[in-house]
This record gives sequence, C-alpha cells and structure tokens, in this order.
Amino acid sequence: MSSSNAAAKTATKSGGGMLSGLTTWIDERFPLTALWKSQVSEYYAPKNMNFWYYFGSLALVVLVIQILSGLFLTMNYKPSSADAFGSVEYIMRDVEWGWLIRYIHSTGASAFFIVVYLHMFRALLYGSYQKPRELLWIFGMLIYFALMAEGFFGYLLPWGNMSYWGAQVIVSLFGAIPVVGDSLTEWIRGDFYISDVTLNRFFALHVVAIPFALVFLVIAHLMALHEVGSNNPDGVEIKKVKGPDGIPLDGIAFHPYYTVKDMVGLGVFLILFALVIFFAPTLGGYFLENANFDPANSLQTPPHIAPVWYFTPFYAILRAVPSKPLGAALMGIAVVLFVFLPWLDRGKVKSIRYRGPLFKFFLYSFAISFLALGYLGMQPPTPAFTLAARVFTVIYFAFFLLMPWYTSIDKTKPVPTRVTYHAH
Amino acid sequence: MRIDRHKQKILAFVAALVALPSVALAAGGETHVEKANNDIHNQASLQRGARNFVNYCLACHSARYVRYNRVAADIGLTEQQMVENLLWSGESPHSTMTNGLHADDGKQWFGVAPPDLSLIARSKGTDYVYTFLRSFYADPAKGTGVNNLSLPGTAMPHVLWELQGTQEAVWEGQTDAQGNVQKHFKEFTLASPGKLTPEEYDAFVRDTVNFLEYIGEPVQARRQALGYWVIAFLVFFTLLAYALKKEYWKDVK
Amino acid sequence: MTEEVDTGRRHFLTVATVATGAVGVALVAVPFLASWKPSARAKAMGAPVEVDISKLEPGAMLKVEWRGKAVYIVHRTPQMLAQLEGIVGELRDPESTESDQPEFARGAARALKPEYLVLIGVCTHLGCAPLDKFSPGDVTVSPDWQGGFFCPCHGSKFDISGRVFKNVPAPTNLPVPPYQFVTDNRILIGAEKGNA
Repeated sequence: MSSSNAAAKTATKSGGGMLSGLTTWIDERFPLTALWKSQVSEYYAPKNMNFWYYFGSLALVVLVIQILSGLFLTMNYKPSSADAFGSVEYIMRDVEWGWLIRYIHSTGASAFFIVVYLHMFRALLYGSYQKPRELLWIFGMLIYFALMAEGFFGYLLPWGNMSYWGAQVIVSLFGAIPVVGDSLTEWIRGDFYISDVTLNRFFALHVVAIPFALVFLVIAHLMALHEVGSNNPDGVEIKKVKGPDGIPLDGIAFHPYYTVKDMVGLGVFLILFALVIFFAPTLGGYFLENANFDPANSLQTPPHIAPVWYFTPFYAILRAVPSKPLGAALMGIAVVLFVFLPWLDRGKVKSIRYRGPLFKFFLYSFAISFLALGYLGMQPPTPAFTLAARVFTVIYFAFFLLMPWYTSIDKTKPVPTRVTYHAH
Repeated sequence: MRIDRHKQKILAFVAALVALPSVALAAGGETHVEKANNDIHNQASLQRGARNFVNYCLACHSARYVRYNRVAADIGLTEQQMVENLLWSGESPHSTMTNGLHADDGKQWFGVAPPDLSLIARSKGTDYVYTFLRSFYADPAKGTGVNNLSLPGTAMPHVLWELQGTQEAVWEGQTDAQGNVQKHFKEFTLASPGKLTPEEYDAFVRDTVNFLEYIGEPVQARRQALGYWVIAFLVFFTLLAYALKKEYWKDVK
Repeated sequence: MTEEVDTGRRHFLTVATVATGAVGVALVAVPFLASWKPSARAKAMGAPVEVDISKLEPGAMLKVEWRGKAVYIVHRTPQMLAQLEGIVGELRDPESTESDQPEFARGAARALKPEYLVLIGVCTHLGCAPLDKFSPGDVTVSPDWQGGFFCPCHGSKFDISGRVFKNVPAPTNLPVPPYQFVTDNRILIGAEKGNA
C-alpha cells in the first residue's frame, strides 16, 4: 500500500477534525507522525530506569537554555578588548532583565557540566558504554570535548582578569608540545599575547562553530541511542525478551511514561537552578569568580589563579607532574582515556549490581579521586596538596589502565534475564 | 522501601552539592579580615553610604557603570533629593558616576590610577573593603604619611583621617632562631581622635561599604525578592508533575 | 490490570501540568522579550536635551540631535510669521489635526512662542531630512516659493511652520517634539512642562 493511500485511510477513519486534517496534510509531505511514533510514543525504554537516568534529558534542556540565553547575550555583548567587560556590565545593569539572562547563562555553564558529569558517571555505573553502545559512548565523549572547548572559549568573553589569565594558562599548555608548541600558541592567539584578536576569534568559535558541532553531535548521540535502545540499571538488554506484539516485555513507551517522569526531574533541576540564579549567582566564587569582576589586566595576575571548577580535576593532574610537557600530556590523556572504556573493560556484565568487588573498589576510588582532584585543583599548590594530587592522579589512571586486568578476573554475580522492578 | 531509598539518595546528593562549596570555602581563610555586617536592604544606610561615597570617594574614584537616577530610585531618594545630595552641578541624572579626574592625572599624583569602584565589593568582597578602610595607620616613611595593614604600601592616602583620627599600629616583636626580629601586628591604638568616635566611624565605613555592595550589583535586592516567587512557582509545577507521574506509572507493573 | 485507570484524574493532571508549564514558558519569555526595550543607556542618551538659543539670530536655524534625530530650531522673523495665515488654502492640514505634535502646537505658529519654531527634521513621507529654504522665490524650489522647508528626496514642501502643502508626497505636517522653555534663552527638548 502506498503511503498516500494509508494517509487517506487514516483521514477517513479519524473523521478529519482541523488538527488531524493538518496532521494528515503534513504526514503526506513529511514523516511527522512516523517520527513521533518511532522516536517517542513507540520508543520502548526499560521500565527500571532510576534517578541516574534523569541527566540525559536534563543535559538536552540545559543545551536549549544555553543556546537561547546565549543568543540574547550576543545581542548586547561586544567582542572587543575595549568594550567586552563594559558590555557585560551594561547587560547586568542597563539592559532590562539583562542580569537574569546573564546569570541564566553563567549558571547554565556550570549546570551543564554537573549534569554531564553525572550522566557520564551513570554510564560507568551501569556499563552503558559496553557493546553495542560503543559508538553512542564515543558520540557522548565528543559532546563532552566540544563542551570543554565551549566552556573554555566562553570563559574568555567577559574579559575579566580571571578570564584573561585562565586563557593565558590554558593556551600556554599547547606550548608544551615539542617543536611546534610556540608557533602553535601564537597561531591560537593570533598575537603575541591574549589580545583583542584572540577574544574576537574565541567569540566566533563560542557562538557559531562549537554550538553547531554540539547540536550535530547531540543529534548523532540520540540517533545512536534510539538505534540500540537505552541501557538500564540491571544492564539487561530488554530487546532480548519480547512479547507476541514484538514489544520488549520490560519496555514501556517513552511517552507518556518517561516524559512525565522527566518532567519531575526537570522540576527539581529547575528549582536548584533557580536557587543559584536568584540567591547565589556566583556560588561563593565557584560559578563566577571574584577576580573576574576586575577587568582583564595583562600586567597583573590574580593572586589566586585556578580554572573554573569543571576543569580543576585535570588542572590538578597537570600541576601534580613536575614537568611541563609530561604534565600537559598526562592531562590530555586523562581526558581522552574515557573514549577507550568500551575496549578497556573486559567485564562480562554491565551493571554495578552484578559486578565483582574489584570493579566496585576501582570505580569508587576513581570517583573519589575525581572529586578530590577537582578540589585540589582549586587550592594553592602547597607540598601536602601536591602530594595528595599525585596519589589521586595515580588512582585516576589506575582505574583505566588496570581495567583490562581487574575486569577480567573479577567475581561477577549472575545477571537475570529480566530487569528488576517493583511497582510503587 | 524502594521509594524511600530513592529519596534518600536524592537528598544525599543535594546535601553534597550544597556542602561542597562551603567546605572548600572554609579551607581558604584570610588573616585579619573583619566582618562588614552590612545590609543592602537597609535603605537609610544606603542613603548615608551614597552621601559618603559622593563626598569622599568620587573625587578620585569613579563608578562608571552606575547611573545616578538608578541609584536614587533603588535607595529611595526622590528626584529632588538626588539632585540636592548626589549630583554635581550640571550633571544629568541619567549620567553615570564618573568624575573629572583624568586617569593620567591620577597616575601622576598617586603613582597608580585610582581604580573604578563599580565592582570593588564584588571583586574584593565587602569584608575586605570594610577592613581596608579601617586599617590605615601612621607611617612617616610613606609619602602619604599612612600605610595600610590590608594593602601594605597602598598609594591611597587616608581620605577619612579627619573622621577617624590618626591610628598607630602596635607590633609584637619575636626574635626567631636566626636572630631576626619578626614583626607581628597586635592592634591599633588611636593616637589622636577624629571628628567621629570609633563606633561612629565604623558605622560610617559600614554604610559606605553597604553602598559599594549595592552598586556592585544594583539588582541584588530585586533579584532575591523575585527568587521566592520563581521557586514557589517551580515547586508547584514539580508537585503537579509528580502527581501526574505517579498517576501514569500506576500502569507499570 | 487490577485497578481501573482513573481517566478523569489523569486527564485533569495532564491538563494542569501542561497548562502550568505553558504559563512558566510564557513567564520566562517576558524578560527575554523585554530585553529588547530601550536600555537605561539608550534612555540616558534619549534624555531631554537643553539648548541655548541666545545666539540664534532672527531668520537663522539651529540643528540639534535628540534621540538620533535632527531637531530644527528656527528663530522666525515677523515677516515669516506674517506668511502663515495667507497660505492656509494651499495646505493639506493647516490646523494640524492629523499631525504629530504636543497639544500646545496646534495653531498656525505651531509653537510655544511664535518666534521660535521647534520641529523634528524628518520628512513625514519617507524619513529624509528637509532643507531650510527660507528665502521667498528660491528658484531651487519653485518661482512662486514663499519660504519654508523642502524635502530634496521626493519634493515635499512645508511652510515656515512645517505644515505640508497639498499635492506633495508627504502626508502630514513635520512633527513637533515635546519641549519647554527653561529660561527665555534655554529650550529643553524632549520634555513638556509638567511631565519633565
């Protein structure tokens, strides 16, 4: 039966109200209903997805929030070294509601990383990167890298003193690359120091290039997810056990069950988000750093220089190594290692629920190391802190590099064929 | 029960989120910073602070992002009061708080151009500014005749000396193993009193710092007031969404 | 399924949640749309402008900028004022009933004080700046020209009160901005007395 025939039949059946008439008209030209069904109302997700499964949809919400608030910021922001700082204050004071738009965007940046880090940790907990979700995981990691670039470029734009010196330090890292390092940093800056030229190109990358890449990667990530289906806290493939209708027995339609559930998660997230925006927009200097309320000054480094919190775990690794090239290399490796998880993990089970004690030990040590490194990266490098950072760096790398060993010898528990779920 | 465990996890997570920064903050203490204890909701204090700022600070410092008419509206001054108390002759109420001092002149007179004060309370913190303004002491070795405990070697003269009087710093000497004397600050003594008593001077500085905090973020009070409504709305939405979720999830066995 | 689905409750909660969400989205849209309004800086720049007219000689014109537009101030001579009544028949809107001006500027002089004309120098046709052609018989306009404003873009003609002539493209008289005399020699453009 041709598709137009089918559409005509639907039209006669539904009797043709205004709305269904319009839907039919569109469906004959664009697969609207088909898309809705395949991606939402007849996309079957495991019924046992728990708390950790809120953060994917929340990351999507934050992306939209950032794109919209960012769009409105560009309407008043001026990407030049002479005007940037003043234009941000202009937004904060003279533009009606400008302060709200700016705080939404600055809080959104941190919220994005919080949500994404929790989303990634979920994948570690439940083995969501394992076969057949390797490509899904790689798209996710590319999103994370793009997000880091987005955060880095965006952080220069307010042209505060912390922006300036943060960019100075991070761009200098490329100088650690042998042979080409110095000409590479010069090329990135487009000048001999972080200048108007640098600000202007970072602005272009922050508002055009990276957001495009992000949106494209998010679509790829979602397409890969809907191809293989969602993982779940039991790490059981629900597609293996299907009912006579071809629907997984442990699957429930994404809409309405997960749309209504995600709405609750969204509500709680927005409450926390609004608490920061309205009552602690700088969050004690973590989301907006004090030194960034001084304009960029190429002659005076802030007394206490550290990147924004979401980069500090890697910054701590960089500082823990007493050699510039090696420190920079280790930092880069620490970020990139995540990509190889699907192949480092030799475990037979996905979920932490059925993993053995070795994996649990390494995973929790890793999580603690990540948080500890994040904290240490914000602190001045005293000898005791540097020692601590070295210990945690070793644990951080051990998680990845020893993974093929401890996952293959670990005592796992038997995995059930169906998900565990108790109705409440 | 499952739900309870679930809720506990969320609560623990939220608690961790809230606790993390405060733990980190506690670790980074500074020596000799006193609490400003100012209150940006106190309009009388803000009005006194505005007057102090215009009379004592604005001659050398600017607040170039701050508009007079916005200040007047926010701190409860009528247009008439603003013109009489804040504006310099011939200035438009719409203009920002700039001054006649050219940056180059400032550099020549003080060695450094006096910084713009629009955001000083946000970059340095109110406690720092409060402590700074109370920490000038006589130091004949300096060109200005004063030094400052919070910012040793500051180029800024003690503009408020007439009000505070002259303070002297008392040092405690300790001889270390190498025979060098380590000087530690002990306290200030008032060598000659000013026009204000110490309590009055502290109040004067507190009002001024209060005004500085206000101009750092003029919308602060309105932001917080609006916040309660936003949170209330979101809580209402979340409760509805939760009820809706419970209702639909009855289907899931 | 053991228990019946309460479709009424389900429907009510769905509608309530969706409606609340929609209200929320609408409320969030307000600040974003409001951010397009003139900012405090734009308002500061658009604030009333005070002009000293003590040096403006009879028959001469002064241009000042207010809100990005030229404002013309003309010190009119008795001869100029004398023309105003005789040409009423040639004008499209002699009483300024369809034009844009403060209440006080409705008469033939269209001014607080007849000797001082204050106009916005923006042609009501397509926004060009009309030229001051005050000399009667100026051949660049027409041989029978009595003196007034002439728009070079599309040939609209206005008398010495900025009133538009018939048979030209401009539909209405040149607008008069709100203004007041602060002193005899100082005009404040942008604010009328009483609501400065």
